[in-house]
Amino acid sequence: MSMTMSQKILAAHAGLAEVRPGQLIMANLDLVLGNDITAPVAINEFAKFGLSEVFDKAKIALVPDHFTPNKDIKAAQQCKQMREFAYSKGIENYFEIGEMGIEHALLPEQGLVNAGDLIIGADSHTCTYGALGAFSTGVGSSDMAGAMATGKAWFKVPSALKFHLTGSLSPWVSGKDLILHIIGLIGVDGALYKSMEFVGEGVASLNIDDRFTVCNMAIEAGAKNGIFGVDEIALAYLKEHHQGSPKIYEADSDAHYDAIYEIDLSQIRPTVAFPHLPSNTRTIDEVGEIEVDQVVIGSCTNGRISDLRVAAKILKGRRVNRKVRTIIFPATQRIYLQAMEEGLLRTFVEAGAIVSTPTCGPCLGGHMGILAEGERAVATTNRNFVGRMGHPKSEVYLASPAVAAASALTGRISNPEKVEEL
Amino acid sequence: MKIEGKVFKYGSNVDTDVIIPARYLNTSDAKELASHCMEDIDATFAQKVEPGDLIVAEDNFGCGSSREHAPLAIKTAGVSCVIAASFARIFYRNSINIGLPILESPEAVKGIKNGDVVSVDFSQGVITNETTGEKFNSEPFPPFIQEMVAKDGLINYLKEEVLG
Repeated sequence: MSMTMSQKILAAHAGLAEVRPGQLIMANLDLVLGNDITAPVAINEFAKFGLSEVFDKAKIALVPDHFTPNKDIKAAQQCKQMREFAYSKGIENYFEIGEMGIEHALLPEQGLVNAGDLIIGADSHTCTYGALGAFSTGVGSSDMAGAMATGKAWFKVPSALKFHLTGSLSPWVSGKDLILHIIGLIGVDGALYKSMEFVGEGVASLNIDDRFTVCNMAIEAGAKNGIFGVDEIALAYLKEHHQGSPKIYEADSDAHYDAIYEIDLSQIRPTVAFPHLPSNTRTIDEVGEIEVDQVVIGSCTNGRISDLRVAAKILKGRRVNRKVRTIIFPATQRIYLQAMEEGLLRTFVEAGAIVSTPTCGPCLGGHMGILAEGERAVATTNRNFVGRMGHPKSEVYLASPAVAAASALTGRISNPEKVEEL
Repeated sequence: MKIEGKVFKYGSNVDTDVIIPARYLNTSDAKELASHCMEDIDATFAQKVEPGDLIVAEDNFGCGSSREHAPLAIKTAGVSCVIAASFARIFYRNSINIGLPILESPEAVKGIKNGDVVSVDFSQGVITNETTGEKFNSEPFPPFIQEMVAKDGLINYLKEEVLG
């Protein structure tokens, strides 16, 4: 039987020659992830096993990134519980705040993700690692607890959607615009329970950070996972960060897809998702006059070095609108340092933006940039649900770093292609 | 097992941020989470819900975050069952893993209004709108999941079946 990339990875980890969509399997995991919100619940559940050890100290990653640096006493208690568990169980991949970053930028950077891996994380954006040809998916805390105890998780084998990419993106258009375009096309449940597989000659024109962004938001279309075919660009990234040798899985030529979408990258416009669903998209040409109070550039979706470079290119030598609070979050300590060495942080500060330590912070309405009633933000984050960044009557518009930076200059959602006129 | 209660009905794409806003996720205390359940979409839900009541919703219920706090808040608030036309996948598996009964039935969702009294017979997979007398069938769980539910969730299942 022919299989997709995702199905082949699942079959290999379940010790099966083949799997078919809908089949329920128990599979061995290469990595199990949790953060300061989901791990405490998992740690309580893990205790019910009555085990003194986790299944593999090297295959668990614990990242305090959501409400850190500890935003209040309750958050501090949750981080303390996770830290004590990590030290008492000898978890090798626990990242204290000085070593940390937003989990989905951090794990690939730390060489914890390889092509062909099967990874679960108690965080919905765990699907990010498909950029490197891994099968990775978000689960809940009980699954994380079970995985820490057994090294296994159950899966329902997904069917798949194929996105065949051709052409290349225009200047100021990025992976964020591509994935927002796709979610607008198929809807927030357009890929429900399915894999999204990205292939075709257009893939070569997407840098690795664009691919992380695309896979990161697969969940916003309801997908189980997003995955790219592994090419030279992915291999170069893996060579730089990972010690092991990659396992490359290609879909069979006659693999079944529930639908195949042909996407010409050159036709993608800068795209914005209006409140309150990521599928509520409009191109920059259709947004009209939307004034904003805050701009957030960062997150597990768009806090990588390429994202910061684009923002800096627009903000360089200019000042943000005085009415716009502009907050920039490098996603990891290493990206922060790189941005410092490249002079990007100076550009941001001189433009009137603030630069934060890595944290999920405002993306989920945690801290470091909460919106008041009636306020609007343009954010490079991944969700614009009701109350996502603060007050239930605030609004989040999702966009690329280029659109966000251009909007910071003008105080309204703006087209980065017209940056010379701003 | 049979349950009966009144229905709180919602639309499509009820996300985990409205089921339990992230501002309350600095605790994993189930009762505290339950006291804020559905707050951003239905401010009085937590006061009005009574043990046994049901949530009925349209497509893609529970989309968004992986937070298990969402089904936990619903379960702890006293909700006996969530019926939806479809569920977001992480919410679906989290509910099974923690033992919150959920059923997919687009027909039942069409035939149930807010405030109706509904009963569910899980052994038969039959949903009855007691207010109108209409009956609906729901898709039964596959045997693997039935077994997990019978063992009262994922942790017990893994304890017995994997660690043995």
